[in-house]
Amino acid sequence: MDGDLVRTEKLTTDLLIIGGGTAGCYAALTVSEKADTKILICEKAHIRRSGCLAAGVNALNAYIVEGRTPQDYVDYAKKDADGIVRDDLLYTMSERLNAVTEKLEQLGLVILKDENGKYVARGNRNLKINGENIKPILADAVEKLPNVTVLNRVNIIDFAVSDNKINGAFGIGIENDTFYTIEAKAVIIATGGAAGLYKPNNPGFSRHKMWYPPFNTGAGYAMGIRHGAEMTTFEMRFIALRCKDTIAPTGTLAQGAGAKQINSLGEVYETKYGLTTSERVYGTVNENLEGRGPCYLRTEGISPQQEESLFKAYLNMAPSQTIRWIESGRTPSQSNVEIEGTEPYIVGGHTASGYWVDTKRATTIRGLFAAGDVAGGCPQKYVTGALAEGEIAAQSAVEYIAENTAAPIDDSDIESHISEIEKFIGENTSQFTTEQLEEAMQTVMDSYAGGIKTNYRFNEKQLDIADYKIRQLTELSDSLHADDFQELMYIYELRERLTICRSVIAHLRARHETRWHSFAENLDHPEKDDINWRKYVNSRMENGEIRIILRDLTEEGQRVYEHSN
Amino acid sequence: MSIAIDKEKCVGCGKCHDVCPGTLIKIDTDKKAYIKYPKDCWGCTSCIKECPVYAISFFLGADIGGMGSRVHTEKKDGMLRWIIEHPDSKITEIEINPKESNKY
Repeated sequence: MDGDLVRTEKLTTDLLIIGGGTAGCYAALTVSEKADTKILICEKAHIRRSGCLAAGVNALNAYIVEGRTPQDYVDYAKKDADGIVRDDLLYTMSERLNAVTEKLEQLGLVILKDENGKYVARGNRNLKINGENIKPILADAVEKLPNVTVLNRVNIIDFAVSDNKINGAFGIGIENDTFYTIEAKAVIIATGGAAGLYKPNNPGFSRHKMWYPPFNTGAGYAMGIRHGAEMTTFEMRFIALRCKDTIAPTGTLAQGAGAKQINSLGEVYETKYGLTTSERVYGTVNENLEGRGPCYLRTEGISPQQEESLFKAYLNMAPSQTIRWIESGRTPSQSNVEIEGTEPYIVGGHTASGYWVDTKRATTIRGLFAAGDVAGGCPQKYVTGALAEGEIAAQSAVEYIAENTAAPIDDSDIESHISEIEKFIGENTSQFTTEQLEEAMQTVMDSYAGGIKTNYRFNEKQLDIADYKIRQLTELSDSLHADDFQELMYIYELRERLTICRSVIAHLRARHETRWHSFAENLDHPEKDDINWRKYVNSRMENGEIRIILRDLTEEGQRVYEHSN
Repeated sequence: MSIAIDKEKCVGCGKCHDVCPGTLIKIDTDKKAYIKYPKDCWGCTSCIKECPVYAISFFLGADIGGMGSRVHTEKKDGMLRWIIEHPDSKITEIEINPKESNKY
């Protein structure tokens, strides 16, 4: 490519794993135990601390404790999502939760045990751990595998798909300014969910102090949407209930230390609204709207020992909260902890948004398998569920590779991606920066698609405005400029999020009911409608437009959901 | 939420650059690390735990209630020590045994 603007490199592998987070790393480990398949992991950051687990995690939230069954977990997740889940996907995940937990322990994770050597459970589904170093544990295990190559700081920008079959992907080396064409026999997408669609709680200096990794920008969703993959349940947004300002977890206080949600009058309000994830957020919003804010988790009066344990627990997953307590002098034994809802995210590990997959985690694009937060229909998967899906996707990909031959990527496909990059890094003719358009996108979603500003509520007229404005911003993003490949990544990340915003808006508009308060609070249809809307809202992008497809729910206990394209 | 890198202490090993999940830390022409995109820090503290000379500290932005304390970690005898330096130079230390699970 002498004389061209862009340095290029072509790589070939058996299995390409896009995203070296929880699910991606575990997929690589699974394949390597059984086969000598050549694996390439492309990671936009560095696998040692990338993805959701960078700071650590304090509990394994998905585990089948003694006396419970995988079906109990399915029932719990189904109830929390008010029925809009895939029984078959939840079951195939749930039956693997305990084995992946044991594997994590073998790799070095510290799990709390009683005097008989049994795991100590927190409630019916949770284990207490020291997960500060959970990601380095996974990364170290992956780096020892002889058949695995990890390309850190390589951001995948598009799939190579022809005739609905994936043949690899295109990426950019953000620190070596290189364009990569990667041919692969099968691909696992494990890029996580999407943060940064909506204006965050603290849009200024601390704009990235958010619940979900700000670096997870939904690349996996967006690439799938553009290539016509079927997607499901993007209207079921996730909003986390968090400690105010630090956006640190509340589960450790609520489930771990038994703190109740109270309003400023000291009344316990959580029982008034219900205890599902969305109801806990909705109750908090409503108490504020009715003049009984702020809301808190009641921690006053906990013992010094409890407080000390909380300091440590937070340092092991969200250190800013402990710093905040110590710095302010208002520790949890002295002051209740104020709580608030975050901005909405799209994240299939908590709600059911993502790729429409079968029990093998095969997407509707042949050769493409999805695991973790990008995979839909299977909420409440958390860390262990992401591992379980990584394992399933890996086994399915190995089977697929044995039965299918690779097809080369067309030169014309390569050339068109290089031309696009040359346009972005060429002469700067843009009036706007990527950051400006990102802020504009977040403002649009905040105002018109149910963000914090409107207490997560929206109506259809507002969604129409949101759609119009997101399309305008997408057009403006065509002429953005990047000085280097890291800035180029920022352009692609913005465009990914704009694509996802369009899908979110289309899905929110399609579900003519309010099944989940706050997560999808449609003011034109404020009631739940079980007669018409016990359905999956799915979609496909066709000729640049999002077409909604309604599908029937799985039956109780259904183990397979047949896919028809 | 962000970090500060003390150039005087930095030995240019590049470990903080390698580990940052946001690709926010760069190595300057003088071979010292600096944070190029301070507003984009998630506050995960990965870089702080990697730094062998404790040149990196993190702090809460004033917009989320920060009051000027600086935090770093040190590893000693298998323990992870969190050291919080308050603006009045007082120090709070919390020691965590990585082999011990959380209680909550």
